[in-house]
Amino acid sequence: MSENKIFGKWSRRDMLKGIAGIPIIGAISWAGAAKAVGQKKERESILSSLNINASPPPPTGPMSGDPIRVGIIGFGGRGQHLVRNLGYATNRWMSAMKESAAKNPRDTRLKDFREQENLNVKLTAVCDVFDINAQQALDSFNSDTNSIQRFRTHTEMYESGTIDAVIIATPDHWHGPMSIDALNAGIHVYVEKPMTHNIAETYALKEAALNSNAVFVLGHQHRQTQSFFTAQDVIKQKVLGHVSLVEVNTNRNDDNGAWQYNIHEKASPSTIDWDLFLGNAPKVPFNKEHFFRWRKWWAYGSGLSGDLMTHDYDRVNCVLKMGIPQSVMSSGGIYTHRDGRNVPDVMQINMEFPEFSTGSSQQEGKEKGMTLVYSATLGNQFNRPSILMGHDATMELGNRLTIYADPQSTRYEKMLKERRMNPAVPIYQYDPAVEGTDAVTSATSKYFADKGLLWTYRDGKRVDSAFLHLREWLSCIRNGGKLSCGIQEGFEEAITAHMGGLSYKLGKRIDWDAEKQEIVPVPGYDLDEVLLADVEKLA
Amino acid sequence: MAEHSFKNSQLNALVLMRLFIGWHFLYEGTLKLFNSNWTSKAYLLSAEGFMKPFFVWLGSDSMINMVDMLNIICLLLVGLTLLLGYLERTGAIAGIILLLLYYLAHPAFPGMVQVGTEGSYWIINKNLIEAAALLVIYQIPTANHFGLARLFKPASVETITSN
Repeated sequence: MSENKIFGKWSRRDMLKGIAGIPIIGAISWAGAAKAVGQKKERESILSSLNINASPPPPTGPMSGDPIRVGIIGFGGRGQHLVRNLGYATNRWMSAMKESAAKNPRDTRLKDFREQENLNVKLTAVCDVFDINAQQALDSFNSDTNSIQRFRTHTEMYESGTIDAVIIATPDHWHGPMSIDALNAGIHVYVEKPMTHNIAETYALKEAALNSNAVFVLGHQHRQTQSFFTAQDVIKQKVLGHVSLVEVNTNRNDDNGAWQYNIHEKASPSTIDWDLFLGNAPKVPFNKEHFFRWRKWWAYGSGLSGDLMTHDYDRVNCVLKMGIPQSVMSSGGIYTHRDGRNVPDVMQINMEFPEFSTGSSQQEGKEKGMTLVYSATLGNQFNRPSILMGHDATMELGNRLTIYADPQSTRYEKMLKERRMNPAVPIYQYDPAVEGTDAVTSATSKYFADKGLLWTYRDGKRVDSAFLHLREWLSCIRNGGKLSCGIQEGFEEAITAHMGGLSYKLGKRIDWDAEKQEIVPVPGYDLDEVLLADVEKLA
Repeated sequence: MAEHSFKNSQLNALVLMRLFIGWHFLYEGTLKLFNSNWTSKAYLLSAEGFMKPFFVWLGSDSMINMVDMLNIICLLLVGLTLLLGYLERTGAIAGIILLLLYYLAHPAFPGMVQVGTEGSYWIINKNLIEAAALLVIYQIPTANHFGLARLFKPASVETITSN
C-alpha cells in the first residue's frame, strides 16, 4: 500500500510516533530559556536599580625605599600574629605549621606565610615583661638579614634610635601611655584596640596624634574587609532606607573566648617584670592569673565593652560613620564565669543616635534616629549575625553581605506588589570568597572569621585583614595618604567603649555632649576612677 | 521473541516514563545553559562522603568551568535523546552516570546533611530512583515504538514489538 506511505517508506502512524518528541523539545527549551532569561533580566534590573558598587578598594602604595625599622611591644599571641604579617614568624610557629601542614594538606597557613608580600621592614626591637616571650623574639629574629634587640621599657626602646615605628600589643592599660610617648618621640604607632583605658588618656592621645608628624593607626583590621566597602556603598545608595536599629553581638562559649588563656609553666616573679606589667594599675602582689588572663580585670583590660564591643562598634561606624552616641545605657553581670573576674561576661549596651539618619524613602521628617544594640554573652555561641534594619531593607553584615527587602518597604513597594521581589529571597548577596572551604581552627577563630575580623578577600584570594591594615599603615608612612582607622575613628571608638563601661558600672545613662566634645559629668563621681574600679566598690 | 513482546499499554507506559525523564533533563539543562550565573561549585565544594576529595577537586578553580559545561552538555544530550527517541540507550547510560555523580556528592547516607531536598530519605533518594528508571529505559528501549528510531529502524529487525 505504497500510496499511504510518506516518501514511500513511512506510514502516518510512523511519522506521528517518530517525531512527536520534537514539539515537546521545542516547548521545554522555550520554557527553560524564557524562565532563565526572565530571571536574569529581573535580577539585572533589581541590581541596576540598587546600583551597589562591589569593587575592591585601590591597593595601598609601594613598599620601596629604605626598610622601615619596627619595634614590637608585647610579644604575646597578638603581637606574634602582627609581626608575622610583617614577615617575621617565630621558629616555634614555623615548626608547628610545618607539622600541621604535613598532617593536613588543606592547612595552607605556612604556604600563605611564605607567599606573603615582602613589606620591606626590619624588626629591630622587642619589649616584653615576660622573659620567655622576649627570648623567643631574640632567638627567632636574629639572622644574617635582621638584628633585633630587647629593651626593658618602652621609653628605652624609643630613645635607642633603633626604630622608626612601633606596634603596641600590650594589655589595655599600657596602650595610651605607650602611644603618647611614641608620638611625642616622632615614632609611628600601630596600637591594638581599645585605643585607651580611660577617658583622660583618650584626649591626651588625640592631642599627641594631632601634634605629631608620626602616623598613628588603631588596629581595627576589619576596616580592610572587602564586604565592608560594599556595605558602605549599600548605605550610600540608600538601599536599606532609614536604618532605625542595628544589632551586633558577641556569642562565645569557650575558654579562649572567655579570656581563660593558658598560663605558661615558666611564669614566675623571676621571669616576669611584675612592677613593669602593673604600670599605672593598682599595686597588687605577683599573680600569674592577672598576668596571663588580664582581660578579666578592669585594672588592665576593659571587659566586653573594651575588648569586643569596640570591634562591633567600629564595624558599624566604618559602614555608617555615625560617630559617638548621644547616650549609652548598659546592663549585664558576671553570670557565666564566676571565677574571680570583675568584668561582666554577659552585657548589653544600647547606644542612642537620635539625630542620625541613613536617608529616608518616606515623607520628609518622619524618620530620624537610630539605636545600636550590642548584646554579648560568653556562655553561648549561637551565631547571631550583625543586622542593620532599615525601613526598606535589612542587611546582614559579615564577610558576606545579604540584603532582604522589607515587606512594608516604600522604595520597593511596586516591585514587591508585582512580585518581582520576594521578602524571603535576598535582593542582594555579596560573597567575595571564591573558595568556600576555609580551614578555621577554633571556635573563637570562627567567631572572628564570620564577623570579617580575621581575613578578607582580594581578587577572590584570602588575605589576612591585619596584613592589609599593617600594609596601609606602612604605605602611609612611606607614601602618605589616608588611613582607614586613624585618631578620629580611634577617639570615637574609645569614648563609646568608656561610656559603655561607665553605664554598666554606675547603672546610669551616660550622655555625650557633642558641642563640648565631652562625656557629661556624673555628679559625685570621678569617671576615670569609676572605669578602673570594681562594681562592688561603687555600690 | 516472547520476552521482547509487550502490550501496547505497557510500551506506552515505558514511553511516558522515558519522556518525563527526558523532559526533566532537558529543562534542567536549558535553565543552566541560559543562566550565566549558574555554577555547580557550591554543590561540589560542599560534597560529603567518601568521594569528597574528588568532588572538591572538580569544584576547584581550574576545573569548574569545564565541569559546568560538561554537565550542561550531558543534561541536554540526555534530555534530547530520551525525548527524540534516538540513541536513547546511550542517553540512558549518560543519565545514569550523571545521576550517580550527583548522588555520590551528597549521598543520602545516615548522618549526612541533606541540603535542598524535600521529603525524607534513607540511602535511596530521588536521584537514585531516577537512575534506576533510566536503567529500565536502557534495558527496554522504546524508541522503535515511539521516537525517531522508528523512522530509521531496519525494516527486518524489531527488537521490541507490540502484539
